[in-house]
Amino acid sequence: MALSDYLPFLPASDSGYVTPEGESVFGIMAEFETTPQAYKACEHVRDAGYTKWDLHTPFPIHGIEDAMGMKSTILPRIAAIGAFAGVGIALVGQYWITAIDFPFVVQGKDYWAWQPLVPITFELGVLLCAFTSLFGMLALNGLPRWHHPLFKKDRFLDVSDDRFVICIEATDKNFDPAKTKALLEEAGGKHIDLVEA
Amino acid sequence: MSSLTPDQSIAEQIASGAIAGGGVGDSSLADASLNDDPSVRPPLVLNNRSFHEVTEIISGYAENRPGKWWLPLFLISSSLAGVCGLMILYLVTTGVGVWGLNNQVDWAWDITNFVFWIGIGHAGTLISAILCLFKQKWRTAVNRSAEAMTIFAVICAGMFPGIHVGRIWAIWYVFPIPNYNYIWPNFRSPLLWDVFAVSTYATVSLLFWYMGMIPDLAMLRDRADKRLRLNADGPRFCPFFRLRADTVRAYAYGFLSLGWRFSSRHWHRYEKAYLVLAGISTPLVLSVHSIVSFDFATSILPGWHTTIFPPYFVAGAVFGGFAMVLLLLIPARELFPNMKDFVTMRHVENMAKILLLTGSMVGFAYTMEFFIAWYGGNEFELYAFKNRALGPYWWAYWTMISCNVLSPQLFWVKKFRQSIPVVLFVAMAVTTGMWFERFVIIVTSLHRAFLPGEWGMFFPTPVDILTFVGSCGIFLTLFLLFLRFLPVFAVAELKAVMPQADPHGHDEQGGD
Repeated sequence: MALSDYLPFLPASDSGYVTPEGESVFGIMAEFETTPQAYKACEHVRDAGYTKWDLHTPFPIHGIEDAMGMKSTILPRIAAIGAFAGVGIALVGQYWITAIDFPFVVQGKDYWAWQPLVPITFELGVLLCAFTSLFGMLALNGLPRWHHPLFKKDRFLDVSDDRFVICIEATDKNFDPAKTKALLEEAGGKHIDLVEA
Repeated sequence: MSSLTPDQSIAEQIASGAIAGGGVGDSSLADASLNDDPSVRPPLVLNNRSFHEVTEIISGYAENRPGKWWLPLFLISSSLAGVCGLMILYLVTTGVGVWGLNNQVDWAWDITNFVFWIGIGHAGTLISAILCLFKQKWRTAVNRSAEAMTIFAVICAGMFPGIHVGRIWAIWYVFPIPNYNYIWPNFRSPLLWDVFAVSTYATVSLLFWYMGMIPDLAMLRDRADKRLRLNADGPRFCPFFRLRADTVRAYAYGFLSLGWRFSSRHWHRYEKAYLVLAGISTPLVLSVHSIVSFDFATSILPGWHTTIFPPYFVAGAVFGGFAMVLLLLIPARELFPNMKDFVTMRHVENMAKILLLTGSMVGFAYTMEFFIAWYGGNEFELYAFKNRALGPYWWAYWTMISCNVLSPQLFWVKKFRQSIPVVLFVAMAVTTGMWFERFVIIVTSLHRAFLPGEWGMFFPTPVDILTFVGSCGIFLTLFLLFLRFLPVFAVAELKAVMPQADPHGHDEQGGD
């Protein structure tokens, strides 16, 4: 994720490679037809030491995190912060209103009784946790981002149907157009193609 | 065979054609999903579909014109929705006196409808959250439509408390907004808890539904985009403009799918977010109807003042919600081509079992209420329950008992669980019965207060009736629009539970 991905007027980081037509290269993509092929190809790319690459699949593949050497996301921790923030806001808000700003005896209960505050505290915790998990997920994924070099490739549009595409980015330190292409071929990739930035 | 997991063995049998839809292999079954052989896991998608076929079939529902049934149904339901709008306008401009409410029975159809609709809304979150945590893979075929139904039901539900206050322009008092009168809402009132519970529930359900749809909207976007790139011409959006329908689709679905590009790194966080949402929605869905029941249980009215209300309301909500899912999906699977491959007889049977379970729980609660009324030794409580069963509203009580307790008992018999007409009949009975349950709880407790001088009756006016019928129109209109324009199934999730999605599957040697 770079700032220039979102602000197109900023200069994008250049990989230094150009296509035969003279365009800057974003990466190399290769297609796979079945889940096991894609899974094995991922292990192959992972073992070759690449880090800036991705597998695009129509559905989440079970256990692909290991095959790609991915670290687990911090998202649940962010969601927990959201939940506790909701609980805190609800408690502070309710106590401030019912016990400090306008103390008022209702049903003979103590101003500082915590029991009546439980339902709203719970609901607000859930609400903020839901917001942080959805928007946190989008933020960590760098979405919304309505444009991407891969979208320019006609064949990439089949990913949402039944294709599996590995794309190795040109900014990866191990990237070399010929060697990376050879690696993807060895892994069983078809329709290997340069992706223009 | 023994070295294979059930998933792998089913994959082999599908590959060899031993299992397919339409009961091939065992002609006594309505479809192959009902296979009870324990060595075989029944397929979740029938007819040996490939990923591409699944994409084509489900995208087709949103891309092609629906059958001839859609437009007439839409016109009828949207007219009813319009009637509801007119009734609300009449109510707001005239006052709540246009309803049959009176001094004694000051909650009747309005709150009955509210509890009825919010209860229906529970099935969607139950399917998407609780069944997700229990790893019930069959949920993938019904969760999207059930979640949609949830949101539409909550919209209908939210309407009634809003309009029943009479002065709708003062409804903002329920929110803790600072104002010069120093009026704060009463945080010790269950009615205010209800405001927070229902609005949280609506918001979280909407987020859950939308998040699930992002990849499927991206699929519809990619398909429209592909047609735009490959075909020079295509159907127009409107006869007078050069704008193509696919251009509109690509922009609309493209905007909503937020640029989803099916990246595995994104999928990883997406699945984590889904799990977190499922984890917090599970207590949420249980809390919402509990809090709705507090509206009654924390009062001192005989018939309302019981501790059994929260679990009893939650079981009833799940019960009514699943009946509504069946009422919507059984016609849909007949009307849409190939939908039976996804919503199989196994789904219908599983939901019938849930109806049996929750119906029996509700029946137990009805019995327990009576037992405690007698055993508790409170004469007012006992009177309230005798009055329910034998008083002037006896017909409502016995409609409730026969629809909610007796009709689901049919599902002890396997043949009835697997029979579409019987399931449809019971689902209709349960939906009716659950409406009557709320009517019985609310009206029979109110119409006989402590002083006989206050006793009264409630009779609905045409405005009451038309508002309720109209709310059904709103619900159906929204659901028809959903069927027409949005991905009706969670396509990505459906593909993920197909045998071909196994990364160590049968079509490659080795693996691990």
